[in-house]
Amino acid sequence: MTDETTHALALVPEDLPKAESFLKPHRIVLMLLFLALVVAVAVFMRWDWLPRYLPRLGSGILVSLAMLFSTAILGFLLAVPLGLVQVTGPWFLKAPARLFCTVIRGTPLLLQLWLLYYGLGSLFPQFPAIRHSFLWPYLREAWPYGLAALTLSFAAYEGEVMRGAFAGVPQGELEAARAYGMGRWTMFRRIWLPRAVHRALPTLNGETVLQLKSTPLVATITVIDVYAVISKVRQETYLTYEPLLLLALIYMCLTGILVVTFRYFENRIPTRGA
Amino acid sequence: MAADSFINWSLLALAAPGWGGVLLQGFLHSVEIAVGGYALGLMLGVGGAFGKLYGGPVLRDLLECYTTIVRAVPELVLILLLYYAGTDLLNQFLGAMGFETVDISGLMAGIFVIGVVQGAYSTEVLRGAIKAVPAGQIEAARAYGMSPAKVLRRITLPAMLPYAIPGLANLWLIATKDTALLAVVGFSELTLVTRQAAGTTKAYFLFFCAAGALYLALTLVSNLFIGVIERHARRGFAEQR
Repeated sequence: MTDETTHALALVPEDLPKAESFLKPHRIVLMLLFLALVVAVAVFMRWDWLPRYLPRLGSGILVSLAMLFSTAILGFLLAVPLGLVQVTGPWFLKAPARLFCTVIRGTPLLLQLWLLYYGLGSLFPQFPAIRHSFLWPYLREAWPYGLAALTLSFAAYEGEVMRGAFAGVPQGELEAARAYGMGRWTMFRRIWLPRAVHRALPTLNGETVLQLKSTPLVATITVIDVYAVISKVRQETYLTYEPLLLLALIYMCLTGILVVTFRYFENRIPTRGA
Repeated sequence: MAADSFINWSLLALAAPGWGGVLLQGFLHSVEIAVGGYALGLMLGVGGAFGKLYGGPVLRDLLECYTTIVRAVPELVLILLLYYAGTDLLNQFLGAMGFETVDISGLMAGIFVIGVVQGAYSTEVLRGAIKAVPAGQIEAARAYGMSPAKVLRRITLPAMLPYAIPGLANLWLIATKDTALLAVVGFSELTLVTRQAAGTTKAYFLFFCAAGALYLALTLVSNLFIGVIERHARRGFAEQR
């Protein structure tokens, strides 16, 4: 996926409004209209269920965020070797890495999730060795499968990004590192990886927002994230729109916070010329 | 027992005891929705991109809200919201107009929700592509007295195509994969059908892998076509790298 596509799919820091140009006459009118809409939604729709579910919503948000950050970190750790071997590895590493990326990127995440949960989940109990191992209490729960599926998916997309980033680091910089007598590992650690991550950072941020947008899928395998809590609300109160609107609002806030954080970090990294 | 359920290929037979025919039917539905949703998304995208670039301040802000919301909220949530709200609003509208309510087919609703989501994505892709067209070309067309519609048809759309195609190709692949999310609202496309087949026969691995192979085949075949289209659109461009 190219930079521009990630930008088209996920909110990125440059989309945030600039303060100085934000307030214009027509915007004030639009905002008043929007405010009226919000007030109408708050007054005419039913929100009396909200206080009862607030604690559960909070823990649901925490689960969603935990899923997001753990899978993004684990996925990135997998993506670095995936990208690296595709640029410089021998063919017997390059081919499986490319195959992995193609297969994961070519099939829907929901299908992968269900394959892991229902497929592996139905397979594991048939092996006594697994059933008696220390992992079994975890494997009986749903979240390890969600974690695995999201991590693999993030790793595949990110591996492709890192491949481009590793390949895009100017050869001269690597030659300079070699000329200074750096070993391969030192060169990778000091020059190649930081430069590649720097190049990939905007795309990485976009992919992380995309990953946040993928996390509600784990609710389909009974992980109680914020989406699952809202589904529960919908079942118990027979309301259709109110919980979903709240859910959309929650995700917009989460995305907004994520994007603002990314802008902060992007601005802290010095770039030449800018 | 595990080995049995692992390689029981007869489950994939096309005729009734096997589930192959059902799977292919679901696959067909998925492709139909992807094609319909993608086409709707492209139309919305062209309109949205032009509105964002050349529209008035109010239209621009409204479109900005549309793309921002779609890019910030998970597809799954949007699909649920649009699925219920879309059918509900249409029926209320029809009721208010004095017509009797209609039962909207899952196919139409699916195309609608995928289309609205894709519309926001392609608005952004096309906007970027239009901005990449050298401004002089569009100015020249205006200077020759072409009407805005003619500038669009003769200059802007053809000239932006090479810039837009990589992004649009990605959007097509995303559309095919987003159809899987309709399984959550109970539309019998490939993923849901697969789950039903797997749940009935307990051959989870076989069916999910078969469905994965179908999706992958769709992606790989699409990639072949995309390569051809991209080469065609980029002819006359200086070769990069």
